[in-house]
Amino acid sequence: MAPSGVLGPILTLRNVSRRFVSSRQNTTAVQDVSLDIREGEFVCVVGPSGCGKSTLLNLIAGLDKPSSGQLVFDGNPIKGAGADRVVVFQDAALYPWLNVRANVEFGLRIKRVGGKERRRIADRYLEIVNLRQFERALVHELSGGMKQRVQLARALAVEPRMLLMDEPFAALDAQTRDALQAELQEIWQRTGATIFFITHNVREAALLSDRVLVMTPGPGRIKATIPVPLQRPRDPDTHAVVDFAAEIRRELQHDEYTSKAAESGYVI
Amino acid sequence: MLSSAFSIANFWKLVRIALFYAAIIALWQLVYKLEIWSPYLFPSPKEVWDALQRNVENGRIWDAVNGSMHRLAIGFTLAFIIGMTIGVATGTMKWVDETLGTLVLGLQSLPSITWLPLAVLWFGLTEKAIVFVVLMGSIFAIAISAGDGVRNIPVLQRRAAQVFGASRWQTIRYVTLPGMLPSMAQGLKLGWSFSWRSLMAGELLFVSAGLGHLLQVGRDLNDMPLVLAVMAVIVAIGLAFDRLFFGQLDSWVGHRWGLRTG
Repeated sequence: MAPSGVLGPILTLRNVSRRFVSSRQNTTAVQDVSLDIREGEFVCVVGPSGCGKSTLLNLIAGLDKPSSGQLVFDGNPIKGAGADRVVVFQDAALYPWLNVRANVEFGLRIKRVGGKERRRIADRYLEIVNLRQFERALVHELSGGMKQRVQLARALAVEPRMLLMDEPFAALDAQTRDALQAELQEIWQRTGATIFFITHNVREAALLSDRVLVMTPGPGRIKATIPVPLQRPRDPDTHAVVDFAAEIRRELQHDEYTSKAAESGYVI
Repeated sequence: MLSSAFSIANFWKLVRIALFYAAIIALWQLVYKLEIWSPYLFPSPKEVWDALQRNVENGRIWDAVNGSMHRLAIGFTLAFIIGMTIGVATGTMKWVDETLGTLVLGLQSLPSITWLPLAVLWFGLTEKAIVFVVLMGSIFAIAISAGDGVRNIPVLQRRAAQVFGASRWQTIRYVTLPGMLPSMAQGLKLGWSFSWRSLMAGELLFVSAGLGHLLQVGRDLNDMPLVLAVMAVIVAIGLAFDRLFFGQLDSWVGHRWGLRTG
């Protein structure tokens, strides 16, 4: 179960909308989303491609600004990006000119953490993601799963209040994904981080989250919120998780967007 | 690395290269012996070698190399600094690209030696004029490749820096400058070769000291061995820069980015 709701919400969204206006068409990527996320909570957002889930993440990250509505993080309105809310991207966000260790230290360097302290912190997170023996490897020498571990370590190293993960495991093969999901569960329990996790894999959502937000496109809105009352640690192959995944999928398909959802390739 | 340099494959590669050049010199000697052209227009390899040796010993070659390298160093360094600044600005800011960017693109099509009349009118027959020509020779190539380098950096790499709260300057220092290196490796090489060419052309036309000037001296004295010896030196310097400096930069980039095959 999630850490109890004794703590107030760390993130609050009130009537947040984001419209993209161009000469050809106007799209409402996010419409009227209101949401509270508790400290330490693991929230997954599922929905088909183009449902606005990445836009929502960018708004929370401060990489984008809402057309209307309010976003409040830790008591303050979100004005821009900051190391208290770090994003783990799907792909290609590591720096090829730096080795694994230097990539992990990147955020600390930006925060002007001294060399000695930086090395100590990097040691710790390299250990957590099991990359200690690859600290000198270059980015192009890493597998997809290792790259995502480096990104995770880089994000964790600055000890953000919230981790924003944008389909971080979508480009990985099934086995690697299983391994990383297990590691992420463990890391989440160890660090107590608040995680906002985007996926289009409903089983991933059932496995990882305390709460699943189901988003539908055109305009992008949160259609349903499903609490996940399963015991932790969870195993992806247990009936409980598989059944719950099916439930999320039913919720997703239970409307006019069924065909769209099928097109964008759902996986259980 | 060291052991591979002395491997069998490398040995045969060196033998092949040596044989190739030996064959060219032999052919040269043969044509000389046939006396198709008069010897003062077509000297033997030996005469050219002697001219080279003589001019190395009396210090003329060194003075010339020194003079040329001095101008090149100043001109190219200035071109690098200004070109990088222009490139980063055009690469990061759209409005700069639309204005300054198009001007740079246009000016790049000017052969660099066409700046010489302007330089002479502005600076007279001075060092400044030739340095100016060297600068104009390479600045646009560097600026264009720097701009491309910035634009070629994946968006997510810049966004990742933003996510950690990087300021504009931190993003330039930690992401833009290192991230543009693959394009820069090409751009610097191109800029350098433009600089080198325009320097030689400029020196031919007026300034004292320098390899181009020594070529002109050879012409004035009808000293064909000297002309050929100086040309050989120019080729050697060009090759050395290309292989040692830019080659190293290229292979470092290839190693880091994993662009090298195999």
